[in-house]
Amino acid sequence: MLSYIGRRLLIAIPTLIIVSIFVFSLQKILPGDPVLAMAGEDRNPETLEYLREKYRLNDPVIHQYFYWIGGALQGDLGISLRTNQPVTQLIAAKLPVTIQLAIMSMIFAFAIGIPMGILSAVKKGTVLDYVANIVALSGLSIPNFWLGIMLILLVSVNLGWLPASGYEPFFRDPIRSLETMIMPAFVLGTALAATLMRHTRSAMLGVLQADYVRTARAKGLSEKAVILKHTFRNAVLPIVTLSALLFGELLAGAVLTEQIFTIPGFGKLIVDAVFNRDYAVVQGVVLCTAIGFILMNLVADVLYVLLNPRMRQAL
Amino acid sequence: MTVIPETGAETLGRQESRAWKKLKSNKIAIFGFAMVMFFIVIAVLAPVLPIADPNATSWTAIRQPPSAAHWLGTDEIGRDIFSRMIWGAQASLLAGVVSVAIAVTLGVPFGLISGYFGGWTDQIIQRMTDALLAMPFLILAIALAAFLGPSLTNAMIAIGLSAMPIFIRLTRGQVLAVKTEDYVEGARAIGLSHGKIIRRYILPNVFPPILVQATLTVATAIIAEASLSFLGLGQQPPSPSWGSMLNTAKNFLSQAPWMALWPGIAIFMVVIGFNLLGDGLRDALDPREN
Repeated sequence: MLSYIGRRLLIAIPTLIIVSIFVFSLQKILPGDPVLAMAGEDRNPETLEYLREKYRLNDPVIHQYFYWIGGALQGDLGISLRTNQPVTQLIAAKLPVTIQLAIMSMIFAFAIGIPMGILSAVKKGTVLDYVANIVALSGLSIPNFWLGIMLILLVSVNLGWLPASGYEPFFRDPIRSLETMIMPAFVLGTALAATLMRHTRSAMLGVLQADYVRTARAKGLSEKAVILKHTFRNAVLPIVTLSALLFGELLAGAVLTEQIFTIPGFGKLIVDAVFNRDYAVVQGVVLCTAIGFILMNLVADVLYVLLNPRMRQAL
Repeated sequence: MTVIPETGAETLGRQESRAWKKLKSNKIAIFGFAMVMFFIVIAVLAPVLPIADPNATSWTAIRQPPSAAHWLGTDEIGRDIFSRMIWGAQASLLAGVVSVAIAVTLGVPFGLISGYFGGWTDQIIQRMTDALLAMPFLILAIALAAFLGPSLTNAMIAIGLSAMPIFIRLTRGQVLAVKTEDYVEGARAIGLSHGKIIRRYILPNVFPPILVQATLTVATAIIAEASLSFLGLGQQPPSPSWGSMLNTAKNFLSQAPWMALWPGIAIFMVVIGFNLLGDGLRDALDPREN
């Protein structure tokens, strides 16, 4: 198993190198001189030259890349032009907020998507199946930022049940934290629930036709045992893999959700950085997201092997 | 007697008529198609429709609820929301179609080359695809739009480039499945050039799944454009776009809720239309379904 993980990590290295080259070149496609953006109002030639020297912008591009990636490998992603704080520190401060949002969203996604997918497959062709499919398709087609706005309008503005924005760390005030995060997590969770529902349904339908399910029924097992023990257990494999892969969707969704509900997380960090032309932060966030996504892919592959006895034996 | 292998185009011709019949009998897909056509027609006819100027402001008609004079109400500077919705359809559909065209135009040739030639070319293209896929679609689009500068054109380029790897992967997979078929081997045996084999025998067979994916990606691209415009990275004011209308609307939720209602419904309808059509096309073109 360890050698399998090692092999998978080795495969990820070229991908990571290409990602880093891509993220680095983002700065290079920027129209105009980045030093002018850094200097702000101060256009003194000496200041501009000082900044060029400081950030090694007079060096050949290839040297600049190695300087940048060397720093990144030691956890130095540069300094935010806006706040003067190290980018790594900024990301580390925002990450727990987004992780909380991601965990709560996944809880919603699983609680809605998986039971709906199972029911839809078991009751295939019935009204329930059609309704579940329409709900899933709607979940995939509703822009989640609009769903967020509509929920704020209904739940916060009209009913006054939950706060429309803000954030409270979970360990400081758990109740208040859940109050502020429940709506954003629901918004983000619905889109994922729709994807999960569709995949659960399709995986369940595949397994429901298997011989061992027919045998389980013929043995006289209750329908509940057939569905949960014999069918779902075997259908869960692609769902687990998919859940790890939904990480990317989750992060992208968090960008908009955090913007609407004014949550100071990872997503809001990148949007604010974009508007402040804080390119080091944008680069840092994109690089960290890509690393996270590659790691989640690795987790998905390892889980697949761990949960699948046939794959375990093949290793 | 020599048996002349059937070309990809001939197989496709038969598949096409069967798929078309199947698509026509799928009421849900036709409903999706009708929704898409409705939005295309209003977007195309926007300049000739008897509607108000979408950018004309009126200080006497600020944030008015829907009425006979303004069917969908007015916005924070008195512009007619109905008119802006119709003009906004242009931006959304244009962004959806153009960005997918960019993704297909770049992605399909890379996929064809990668799958057909294999070896190092394949390895290099695939590692680059892996890298692009490692960056979530919207985050990549935001980063690109940020570095290119905020505008509808740059948003389309950003979305197109972000969607490109899906088409590289899909095309490569299809090419790998097709390139060992007898008719491709036959074409190679009679000495046809690589270019001719790809054009005449491979491309027609990889076309159906690309068409399905392109339809579904238009839906994703429309949401992405709305998201970028919502963040201020797409269509710039005063030009109307559903995403930027929602961005403004969120500041006036308690005073003018209708401002947030219509653009969201429009995005939802056009996206569900493309999704239904894409699902229908997939069912119609899937050989296992025939």
